[in-house]
Amino acid sequence: MAETLDLSVYVKRQDDGTAHLDLAVEGIDCAACIGEIEGGLSDLPGLLSARLNYTTHRLALQWRGDLNPAQVVEELRRLGYRTHPFRARAVEEEEARRAQWLLKCLAVAGFASMNIMLLAVSVWSGNVTDISPETRDFFHWLAALISLPAVAYAGQPFFRSAIGALKKGRTNMDVPITIGIMLALVMSVIETINHAENTYFDSVVMLLFFLLCGRYLDQAMRRRTRAVAGNLASLRAEVAHRLDSAGDATLVPVAALAPGDRVLVRPGERIPVDGIVLSGTSEVDESLVTGETTLRALNDGDAVYAGSLNHAGALTLRVTAAGQGTLLDEVERLLENASAAKSRYRQLADRVARAYAPVVHGAAALTAIVWIATGASVHDAVITAVAVLIITCPCALALAIPVVQVVASGALFRSNVLLNSGDALERLAAVDTVVFDKTGTLTLPEMRVANTGAIRPELLETAARLALSSHHPLAGAAAREARDPRPFEGAVEEPGRGVRAVVNGAEIRLGSPTFCGAEDLAAAMAETDPQASLIAFSRGRERAVLLVRQALRPDAARVVGALQALGLDCRILSGDRPEAVAPVAEALGIETWHGGAKPAGKIAELEHLKAQGRRILMVGDGLNDAPALAAAHISISPITAADLTQAQADAVFLGDRLAPVLDAVRISRRAHALMRQNLMIALVYNLFAVPLAFLGYVTPLVAALAMSGSSSLVTLNALQARGGGTAPKTDPSRQAAPAASALQGA
Amino acid sequence: MGVLLFLIPTALALGLCGLGAFLWSLRNGQYDDVQGAALRVLSDDDVKP
Repeated sequence: MAETLDLSVYVKRQDDGTAHLDLAVEGIDCAACIGEIEGGLSDLPGLLSARLNYTTHRLALQWRGDLNPAQVVEELRRLGYRTHPFRARAVEEEEARRAQWLLKCLAVAGFASMNIMLLAVSVWSGNVTDISPETRDFFHWLAALISLPAVAYAGQPFFRSAIGALKKGRTNMDVPITIGIMLALVMSVIETINHAENTYFDSVVMLLFFLLCGRYLDQAMRRRTRAVAGNLASLRAEVAHRLDSAGDATLVPVAALAPGDRVLVRPGERIPVDGIVLSGTSEVDESLVTGETTLRALNDGDAVYAGSLNHAGALTLRVTAAGQGTLLDEVERLLENASAAKSRYRQLADRVARAYAPVVHGAAALTAIVWIATGASVHDAVITAVAVLIITCPCALALAIPVVQVVASGALFRSNVLLNSGDALERLAAVDTVVFDKTGTLTLPEMRVANTGAIRPELLETAARLALSSHHPLAGAAAREARDPRPFEGAVEEPGRGVRAVVNGAEIRLGSPTFCGAEDLAAAMAETDPQASLIAFSRGRERAVLLVRQALRPDAARVVGALQALGLDCRILSGDRPEAVAPVAEALGIETWHGGAKPAGKIAELEHLKAQGRRILMVGDGLNDAPALAAAHISISPITAADLTQAQADAVFLGDRLAPVLDAVRISRRAHALMRQNLMIALVYNLFAVPLAFLGYVTPLVAALAMSGSSSLVTLNALQARGGGTAPKTDPSRQAAPAASALQGA
Repeated sequence: MGVLLFLIPTALALGLCGLGAFLWSLRNGQYDDVQGAALRVLSDDDVKP
């Protein structure tokens, strides 16, 4: 194909005449790749810099003049790397900025806590020996001088979040944190003015440092998964053949298409956009859209949806929606309702915070009242009350949940599960019913040859290698069986019929039964398995027929069995015909299943289950599953799912196996148990600490020890969340290879 | 106690130097590609034979 690739939509032009482009690169797995890529590109004229980020697997290009970025892509392909233009999503850029900000706050808090601890330890040891009051005051003033600006800067993440929550009339964990910090600072300054022995500057800054550590780790974990997900999305990003007014085709990224453009879709390609057929007849596989596995015939004027696979003939489409807008109206409407319902879920941490804040503030007030009532001065009473607030300032409590989340999402990451939303772990742990979609979820997203065992291996290998020369979607299934990835020389494809080549003096053919002269054999095979599609193969006088059909994921039966053993009720809810769903349900040992469900029907079924008090995990990949995914308690989709579906899912899993779903349930249950355990630890700590503070025994030294002790305990306990899944397996199939390499680098 | 007048500013200055260095490295993009930096040091393309 002499078609040119037009990447201009992704190029950022700067004022100084330079142009900038980011590419996501596939297949980076060693140190040598850096030199190979950067060195290999350095000869291109006009290229100012090419720098590969090994952590994120992205290549930043900068050039001057009229270098065509397609040339760079071509050069990289020659070097053996597939690349895809990449445009950072707004969310990702925002998160990167926030991570930098948190890191700055962390640095300032770290600096302040080290220096103040230096002064505080001197005062503590001086208090029991011979420090003079003047020196102590001097040290306290110095500590105030360092901590006030440091807290004003490094405390911002908490202050902002607390103010944000209060404005909405809610409380979160940051409200008691902010109040505790403020009161402790004010009291310490007053105590410093009054030449007192103890101040709490060190406790405040250390508290801030610990909390910021937790926040930063949380953020870093989320960014890591998001970067990998972003790369995977751009690797999948499709290109389309856009026709200009003269009828010449240019290869452009789908993002560059506008409604009204004309697009050519060749046989074997996925339809990149929603559109209306202008000319051409064909059959399309809409399993990714509706879950229906039989082909639909298309004629002029028919509507087609993005994600369908074009089987038979070339089509010319007029684009009705591209990129974001590709969607059926009904799906969109259902989706809106379902997502709104989900946002009402309250996170465990917020629920705890809501109960915690009033109790703590009540305890502090009670302390002050009791002390005044028993004849103490107002000054002493206020100091003791503030000590209660400081000691209960939820350091361990604020760490208890995020640290487990960080460790558990790391474990999920190694099990090939990427979390989209932060509270997904908690919701996943509560699940008692799993509803699977069939097509592309329980079955592999692409067709496979079903009767490989019945054909002689040597004959199958020849057929598979011949299939490499064909563009037909069914041939792709046969080609997947090829062990030698080199196509035969001189193979000729006859559109609509098949491919033929001459090997070792004998003619070999692969294609329709008539093309290969295998009608009788094909008719016999079709009777044994009416669901499958047929490909015939002939070599000399030998004949073979390959049955091509949707195959179950290799470990589907085992995973479903294990889920049932965990006490989960597994069901199938498919958009495909009941006759196609029944054998799958039987093979997997699933008793309850529904076929032929429309998107609204899927939601109705989920609502029905929800009304019985069930918490549902929905696993699905089709566009028709998107509303159901949003309506379920929690949802997972495979990485091969339609874009929109993936956006709705709380988690995405990679690879050919279904095992990540099982791992996700196991790890999240374990994580949830650890979260509760950590909350208990924090509670027990408070049960000991509050009476001490109430009685006035909490000096800054005790506060420092108690806080760092309980925080370390909670963090160490959280590390247990690392285990829990099955050991990560290296997936042998080619499908999982890019995902795996993207994972290792992130 | 005269030694404090000398030691405390020294301690603070050292701490501020560290903080400044960290913020500089952050702004300079030193943490953008942590794994790549570990590998780039192994390449000897820049060494003239």
